[in-house]
Amino acid sequence: MRENLKEKELVYSGHLACAGCGAVIAMRFFLNTLGKDTVMVIPACCWSIIAGPYPKSSLKIPVIHTAFETGGAMATGVRAGLDMKNDTKTTVVVWAGDGGTFDIGFQALSGAVERDENFIYVCYDNEAYMNTGVQRSSSTPYGAWTTTTPGEDWKKLRKKNIMGVLAAHRISYAATASIAYPEDLIYKIKKAKSIKGARFLHIFASCPTGWKMASELSVKIARMAVQTNIFPLYEIENGTKYSINFKPKNYNVKEYFMLQGRFKHLKQEHFEKIQEMVDDDWRLLCKKAS
Amino acid sequence: MKRVLEGSHAAAEAVRLARVKVISAFPITPQTHIVEKLSEFCSNGSMDAKFIKVESEHSALAAVIGSQSTGVRSFTATSSQGLALMHELLHWTSGARLPVVMVEVNRALAPGWNIWTDQTDSLSQRDTGWIQLYCETGQEVLDTTLMAYKLAEAVFLPVMVVLDAFFLSHTYEPVDVPEQESADKFLPDFEPAFSLDIRNAYTLNQLATPDVYMEMRYDMHLAMEDAKNRMADIENEFSKIFGRKYLPVEPFRCDDAETVFVTSGTITSTCRQLVNDLRKKGERVGLLKIKMFRPFPVKEVCNCLKNIKQVAVIDRNFSFGAGGIFAQEVRAALYGFINPAPCVMGFVCGLGGRDVTIETLTTIYKKAKNREAGQMESVWIDLKK
Repeated sequence: MRENLKEKELVYSGHLACAGCGAVIAMRFFLNTLGKDTVMVIPACCWSIIAGPYPKSSLKIPVIHTAFETGGAMATGVRAGLDMKNDTKTTVVVWAGDGGTFDIGFQALSGAVERDENFIYVCYDNEAYMNTGVQRSSSTPYGAWTTTTPGEDWKKLRKKNIMGVLAAHRISYAATASIAYPEDLIYKIKKAKSIKGARFLHIFASCPTGWKMASELSVKIARMAVQTNIFPLYEIENGTKYSINFKPKNYNVKEYFMLQGRFKHLKQEHFEKIQEMVDDDWRLLCKKAS
Repeated sequence: MKRVLEGSHAAAEAVRLARVKVISAFPITPQTHIVEKLSEFCSNGSMDAKFIKVESEHSALAAVIGSQSTGVRSFTATSSQGLALMHELLHWTSGARLPVVMVEVNRALAPGWNIWTDQTDSLSQRDTGWIQLYCETGQEVLDTTLMAYKLAEAVFLPVMVVLDAFFLSHTYEPVDVPEQESADKFLPDFEPAFSLDIRNAYTLNQLATPDVYMEMRYDMHLAMEDAKNRMADIENEFSKIFGRKYLPVEPFRCDDAETVFVTSGTITSTCRQLVNDLRKKGERVGLLKIKMFRPFPVKEVCNCLKNIKQVAVIDRNFSFGAGGIFAQEVRAALYGFINPAPCVMGFVCGLGGRDVTIETLTTIYKKAKNREAGQMESVWIDLKK
């Protein structure tokens, strides 16, 4: 698949993201694929800042910023208003971080998906509250340091399986995607656009600042997350039909962890435990997809 | 056409007449009859509107902010706990300069669970940038809700139309329901000053640095001040079409009065009766009903109370550590403007829906007339031992 996304650039340079920010890479692929007939709802997240201060904007589309926990509800209202104006051309999108999706925004998301509201909800997942300075979220993975899981209190709980939760809602379409696999990401954006009803994209978006790694590793780390099965690429249709888009060949999780400062305290025994957890999740996913 | 309607249904009729396009609400007693009636209107085609049945009040207001941001007239209704849950988004609505209208039914806040009337829920939202209008009758609820859209859309601030639980929300009264044609004449289609539209890309509600935030807030302040004048014009226009008028404050038999009650909501009706009874006995007593609480009608309150000796403010609400909320506002309004100021006494009664009867108000009148209450304290009436 060949795509010239640059011609359709809807993200200005001069945005306020950190160097190597995966959330900006995700936004560029997303918006340049979806196109300009898009209204975006942004609940509190890194992108509340990245989009720029009044009176500037780094996005060339209409944007409404909103309170942290309201993505699903705000988009519902925006869609309803546009529908009442007979505007069916516009695609409504929620662009939220993991905190605004997994945690504080979960109720509004669940409500919107239960009502099968007609919009695309994108969670760009950087696995912690990065905008407020790296505090743990329910998306923070087992083993990670954050400012609220410091020292020996590194997170010893699993990352919430948000895809599973949404599948249980029988959502029309849900897919994981990664900034390191653009073709797969673009395919999923197009597919999401072609479907009516509630749709969810879970995009793995590395955060060099919060993950304590060099900015040039952003895409490499995102690729390794897929290759190690830590973040598998798959789709779920109508909550039941699972398809795995990429099947890696037995990478060891350890390599992925060694490159990130947030995991530097982990010891061999922890890697073994994490490997078990990853393998277990993968087996379960393969079973669902079979 | 005159119909016998509940206060709740009067509110719903006004929303229908305003041709609201998007409604979003979450059920809470005693607001339910409003949203049930509106669901019926949307379902049977009486209204061309979308009713979003959300999973919380927080989401109800979020959805309404979303729809109003696309430039369509939007509505929500709530009460008590629901309003408290909306608190964050109350600020959001006014800060986003959205002319949303909400009907809020005054109900006590828990714990303990109490579904009966009490004004502390709405009054504790007084600093959220919403215009607040308190109603006494079903007719006033209908008329105020229609006028609320006109006012909100004139100043780009949201309006809360407030009514007492049960005493008004569930009480049937004759209500003149205007014809759609007259309602349309009074309230034409909404023309948004800005909206989310792919043909003209705006960013709304974005990051505002110290360099710009203060001016944004000052603009809201100016809009709130402007609401007083706009409301006067709107009431005149409304009165020309429908022959009814309410005003921000309504003085009743105050002209030669020595003692004046200050009331809001349905207690006003009981108080009117008492004032008439006392006047027959030669007592020099009057009543000042406050309809507009935000913006607070300082000038009108001062004008009415300037020659009064004793003022008895009735508060069906309480701010712990400060006192009855209307009493505080009245004192603040008079301070520095009227010299010597009347003796303002605050009386707290009827919390959690306890009946405020003629007897209750008579007790208050005696205490106020004889100045048996201090000016710095709140006197709690009908407390049980």
